[in-house]
Amino acid sequence: MTATTAAQGDRSVALAGVAGHDAAASRSGRRRRDNLVGWGFVAPFLVFFVLFLIWPILFGIYLSFTDQSLAGTGGNLVGFANYAEALSDPIMWRSFGNTVWFTVVSTVPLVLIALIMALLVDQGLPGQWLWRLSFFMPFLLASTVASQIWVWIYNPQLGIANAVIGALGMEPVAWLQDADTALYAIIVQTVWWTIGFNFLLYLAALQNIPPQHYEAASIDGAGKWRQLWSITLPQLGPTTVLIVILQILASLKLFDQVYQMLGGVSSPTTRSVVLYIFESGFTGYRFGYSAAISYVFFAIIIIISVAQYPITRRRRAS
Amino acid sequence: MTTLVGSDLDAAERDVEPTKAPRRGSSHRPGEKPFGVGRIIAFAVLALLALGWLLPFLWAVDTAFKTETDAASAPSWIPSEGFTTQAFEAILSQGNVPTWAFNSLITSVAITLITLVISSLAAYAFSRLEFAGRRWLFVLIIASIIVPPQVLMIPLYYEMLTFRMVDTYWGLILPQVVIPAMVFILKKFFDNVPIELEEAARMDGANRLRVFWSVVLPLSRPILASVAIFVFITAWNNFLWPFLVINDTSLMTLPIGLQTVISAYGVQYAQLMAQAVLAALPLVVVFLIFQRQVIKGVATSGFGGQ
Repeated sequence: MTATTAAQGDRSVALAGVAGHDAAASRSGRRRRDNLVGWGFVAPFLVFFVLFLIWPILFGIYLSFTDQSLAGTGGNLVGFANYAEALSDPIMWRSFGNTVWFTVVSTVPLVLIALIMALLVDQGLPGQWLWRLSFFMPFLLASTVASQIWVWIYNPQLGIANAVIGALGMEPVAWLQDADTALYAIIVQTVWWTIGFNFLLYLAALQNIPPQHYEAASIDGAGKWRQLWSITLPQLGPTTVLIVILQILASLKLFDQVYQMLGGVSSPTTRSVVLYIFESGFTGYRFGYSAAISYVFFAIIIIISVAQYPITRRRRAS
Repeated sequence: MTTLVGSDLDAAERDVEPTKAPRRGSSHRPGEKPFGVGRIIAFAVLALLALGWLLPFLWAVDTAFKTETDAASAPSWIPSEGFTTQAFEAILSQGNVPTWAFNSLITSVAITLITLVISSLAAYAFSRLEFAGRRWLFVLIIASIIVPPQVLMIPLYYEMLTFRMVDTYWGLILPQVVIPAMVFILKKFFDNVPIELEEAARMDGANRLRVFWSVVLPLSRPILASVAIFVFITAWNNFLWPFLVINDTSLMTLPIGLQTVISAYGVQYAQLMAQAVLAALPLVVVFLIFQRQVIKGVATSGFGGQ
């Protein structure tokens, strides 16, 4: 890319020379014009980028060192008080624990079932259109819609979930109202709602495996299962790493489903970090404190994102 | 073994007509019987999974076509009072759903257009233009892909209060047009557009903007479509930001409006499901028509977008 633009630059300099200009003067003039054109192209994006991303990040750091409230009072610098409070706040730790647990428990089926779906669909069985529609469609739903459908399914008296387990001879469960089952009920909904994305990535990866691999293996007498273990799954390695990382980053941001399915009521067993950030800021009115928790959360996201880099790079290299 | 014969035939066919079998949900692999026990089991498992994934949809649709009385009695696929469109009629005549749908449409289209324009201009500059500060600016934008929108909710809301943009379309739209991942995706695409075409246009005296508009953009239609589809879906479905910045019922988007209705109606399940079905409908239709483009859009743009 740099090479092409450099070549392009050379050619225009040559053209300028042909036209009989003083080379040095035209070069510095040209550079000034290049800068102007370049920044001109970037400017529209840059304005929004600075206003709605860079500035809020910096301003949020400042807020996290103040006792600013949503009501407009406060705003005094309080040093590290918010961070100190956050790190000794049992509710914050509990919400981190819930979030991590949610991430662990949801990631396993979200990766495994997606893999099984993709492997089966890739067999070329009839009904391709229907399979893709069924597995991918929920991913396109707004979180509210996905939540409403499942609140209805989980309804203790009228829901189909209790009808199903009732038919199997089990006692009805208050899925979302019961503190012990609520998070798991939300995990099931999340798997249903978001698996389509992972399914899609796996399917794309499967279709990129060169068919020659399979031809060679079958000439060597390798059966179906053997091919799965020694060709397909190893070839999917990098994709799996990618999916797991994207999934962890997405699951840690849990908010919509919990807020929506529990009707905005949070309990110690279901409160996620982002929900706690929201609550401290918008129902507790403590913007400064809420900002501090945001940055603790952000730090964790950065650590995971940076830590995955060498892993994915090694996978890519091998 | 018979499988070996089959595989030979398969391979032969591939050799003769390599383009005939585009590997869409690949055809038979070598070493595989067309109707073996394995394939029947695979089909059964697949059908079961698909049924599990479709069931919640079907149940929602089923409920939406019931009377409220039927919806509020013991679960049954076939309602005693028969199917009816009452719930849909009630929503469309008295509720806010049409207003919310309109707001969703206006804001999602605006977000998509603005994002496309500003991101592609910036991406072109990073791909083709030499200017001071280009490198570090690009690094900064790429690095910002990592920032979760959830971290911004407090400071961004505070900023909106200062700008008096809470409860306005602008407050809803503008913060959503900054998607650094789209600049990255577009730049990668522009890098692969052959430069010769641009040079020819430059020789004819066209300036950069003109080249960008009439040479580069037309060549980039596929990626622009992918980005547009992805941004539109994300904006249409976005919950957190619209939920924070909009309190006025008449300015709400569909996802936010539906959320308020859960608590308001309480027990009118048929209407609740009818709303859910209506809200899902546009994307289902878009998906059915543009299945391939949607899948490509999500697969190429989805990484940074989450």
